[in-house]
Amino acid sequence: MDTAKIVDARGSYCPGPLMELIKGIRREAIGTTLEIWSSDRGSAKDIPEWAARAGHELVSSTEEDGIYKIQVRKAR
Amino acid sequence: MKRVVILGGGTGGTIVANQMVRQLRQDIDAGAVEITVVSNTEQHVYQPSFLYVAFDLTAPSDAKRPERQVLDRRIRLVQGEADRVDPREHAVVMSDGVQLPYDFLVIATGSRPAPEEIEGLAEGGHHFYTEEGALKLREALQSFTGGRVVLVVGVPHKCPVAPLEFTLMLHDWLAARGLGPSSQIVYTYPIGRPHSLEGVSDWVKPVFEARGIDSHIFFNPELVDPVAGTVTSLEGETLSYDLLVAVPPHVGQEVIARSGLGDSGNWVPTDRHSLLMQGTDDVYVLGDATNLPISKAGSTAHFQADVVAGNIVQRLRGGHGSLRYDGKVFCFIETSLRKATYITFDYQRPPQPVVSGSLLHLYKLAFNHMYWLSAAGIL
Repeated sequence: MDTAKIVDARGSYCPGPLMELIKGIRREAIGTTLEIWSSDRGSAKDIPEWAARAGHELVSSTEEDGIYKIQVRKAR
Repeated sequence: MKRVVILGGGTGGTIVANQMVRQLRQDIDAGAVEITVVSNTEQHVYQPSFLYVAFDLTAPSDAKRPERQVLDRRIRLVQGEADRVDPREHAVVMSDGVQLPYDFLVIATGSRPAPEEIEGLAEGGHHFYTEEGALKLREALQSFTGGRVVLVVGVPHKCPVAPLEFTLMLHDWLAARGLGPSSQIVYTYPIGRPHSLEGVSDWVKPVFEARGIDSHIFFNPELVDPVAGTVTSLEGETLSYDLLVAVPPHVGQEVIARSGLGDSGNWVPTDRHSLLMQGTDDVYVLGDATNLPISKAGSTAHFQADVVAGNIVQRLRGGHGSLRYDGKVFCFIETSLRKATYITFDYQRPPQPVVSGSLLHLYKLAFNHMYWLSAAGIL
């Protein structure tokens, strides 16, 4: 199984976790999985929403001790 | 002799150098410490002025001074291009082969706008992130006779409030020239609300509505067609424009890539609290050059400079360097040509919106001049 590339965006209010994901995913090869770490509850909603709009695949979304870990695979 | 080399003569590097000198004057005069700044430009530029240049409110010459004059005379300034950093040899290698050995290195190389990252943008769009770009936009605005202005935002970008400031100032500027009724402003933003910060988004939504500014969210510009006058997002939306203005995506500097120190965007992996480059104990990184998930802004570099300068000074004196960066950022936001507000936040505390007013706008204008005191390590 491929290892996900971690994007640690905990404590990021601006630019924020979703922007950090967009920044990271643009430069990755198709098929790469990024795991975004966020302390913002809103990430559990807005990251999957953007992934769907942008045509990327939501792999998983979990929460532990207030840290949201969301995996997105670059699909295009 | 202990040598500190600071790679980059922008906001972060200059503040670190000047702050250190203020605490190490005697050591430097005695020849025990040497501080060297490496800069590839002769001029120190206060970059926020470019926004005002675009609106013909100031001239580029108002916002630059020779770096030699900004630095304390005790600081050695090496003007030239660094080829690479060699952490194993503890040296910066210049393009002419000269080696600058260091006991501590500060990477303050910043970022650069990269409109070429979006196909067609350099040909079809304008920006205000360089002097040349701001002057070209100034001329485009001067000859603008009405139509559709579209603002697009690349990721990542410097100064996260710039998209809003430009949009709101443009609204005022068009109205003052009688072009309001014949113009439409279309604001776009990469994520699902008009700004990263929820409080700023909540504040700006009714402001946009009251001023008739059209807002499109989830819009990441991917392709500009300068002939057709359209910009298409990777989410699949196409907008037509008469004037396209971009907050361009940014990348880290080439010297980071040549040194093999950065990630795919040339950002340097950095510890978020100590500001040490990951895997080292003698290389600090600050400002735009880091890979940290915080705003690329002058205030970020300034607050980080306090930590970096303080820790290096303490370590030169035999201490450990225990200061920690808490993620603090402070940004003014121009909300029109006459009013402003501000936000401040850190890793733990989200920003609280502040009511905008004319006094804050005047303070922002005053800071545009007081900046030189910050660069001098005084303010």
